[in-house]
Amino acid sequence: MGIEKPTSGQIFFDGQDVTALGVTERAKLGISFAFQQPVRFKGIRVIDLLRLASGKQLGISDACDYLSEVGLCARDYIDREINSSLSGGELKRIEIATLLARQTRLSVFDEPEAGIDLWSFQNLIRIFENMRREIKDSSIVIISHQERILQIADEIILLSDGTIKQTGTVDEVLPQLIGTTAAVDACERLK
Amino acid sequence: MLDLNIDDIGKTLLAEIADIHDTPAGAYNFRVNSQLAGRHTTDNIDIMTKEGLPGIDIFIKPHTKGESVHIPVVVSASGIKETVYNDFYIGDDCDVVIVAGCGIDNCGEHDAQHDGVHRFYVGKNAHIKYVEKHYGSGDGNGKRILNPQTEVYMEEDSSMEMEMEQIKGVDSTVRTTIAELKAGAKLVVKERLMTHGDQIAKSDYMVTLNGENATADVVSRSVARDTSSQTFNARITGNAPCNGHTECDSIIMDSGKILAIPSLEANDVDAMLFHEAAIGKIAGDQLIKLMTLGLTEAEAEEQIIKGFLR
Repeated sequence: MGIEKPTSGQIFFDGQDVTALGVTERAKLGISFAFQQPVRFKGIRVIDLLRLASGKQLGISDACDYLSEVGLCARDYIDREINSSLSGGELKRIEIATLLARQTRLSVFDEPEAGIDLWSFQNLIRIFENMRREIKDSSIVIISHQERILQIADEIILLSDGTIKQTGTVDEVLPQLIGTTAAVDACERLK
Repeated sequence: MLDLNIDDIGKTLLAEIADIHDTPAGAYNFRVNSQLAGRHTTDNIDIMTKEGLPGIDIFIKPHTKGESVHIPVVVSASGIKETVYNDFYIGDDCDVVIVAGCGIDNCGEHDAQHDGVHRFYVGKNAHIKYVEKHYGSGDGNGKRILNPQTEVYMEEDSSMEMEMEQIKGVDSTVRTTIAELKAGAKLVVKERLMTHGDQIAKSDYMVTLNGENATADVVSRSVARDTSSQTFNARITGNAPCNGHTECDSIIMDSGKILAIPSLEANDVDAMLFHEAAIGKIAGDQLIKLMTLGLTEAEAEEQIIKGFLR
């Protein structure tokens, strides 16, 4: 997304070298990014953020559709300020709704499942599937440790210690991942 | 359209300070370049010119509900320096909206200054919403100076909501607000201030809670840009079992300077008083978030400030 500067290598988007481009320029080309820890503001409301994300004077009913998609009752949220009165889970869903409003060719989600309280993975997975279907020629990159999210991937890239260790389909990569120390849950390790 | 003796600059200023595009409904008094430019009274709201002092007395009859009073001031001639005294006598059980404000357009070489002294005597169980906006424009070397002084005297169980906004173009301002509350009275102040260039703004509040269950909430949000400087000084005194809260939240940019001095004085063991103050630059992650939506850094800044000063 251009937030961190790469020390080496190149990044291509649709054949264009975007390595030197800043955050705004990459966003304008059609890249979206959902933060692991969504940002809080003072005074900026949910409707304002969705309008900025969509780049147009989004109508209330369209904005409500995006919020309903992430499981928020739109009427309760549309005028709420995106400040510390919202829980981490609510912020996370609003963050995902802003990406739905962006409708870009590439959406990058940084640990989308982190902080999704009381809201099933199934809904999150359904959103990704809908996005893939509804936004034409689009790709989604999900950064995750969560096996159930990895299962919907067309391709898994295993990053470890800053390098790519493996790439392949779910069937190729996932069985090897499960059973390594990285995939052993905390209870197992305590034993 | 406005059927008043006001030129185009005056009309622009009126739109900025009072959202007035047409003659307002209800009572009004327009003061333009120290002259009366229009006045309307209603059965319940009377406006009279003071004798011996510049300014007006506004009388609102008890039980007046759903009415409004607009008293905008426009200064568009360079070199005007005036102090105006406006007194509001608000009867018991009223529910009214009062819109004041001053717009200064100074294209000349001389300073233009309007010092408005507003006194509110709020009757028992009356509810007042008071909106005050200040705005300056014009590219002359003469300074645009506004020094509003507001005094509020609140009877039992009355409430007052004050919105005070000064977003643009005023070179120098000293804002003084004094309030005294009797039992059960409630005061809510929402101040919005932005300074730029080499402007200087000073805002002082002295709120005294004298009666049981009196409450005050004084919240200021401000932005200091360029080389401007601001001082926010809010003092809440509790002389009875009461609740007081003051908050100053500021964004500092460029070489701006802000001094926040919230202070509390409790003279009763059941006085509950709180203050908060925060000053900081725009958070980097807020800028980055909006830039990931395709905004430039400058556009992101503008949106963050617009939201902050809402």
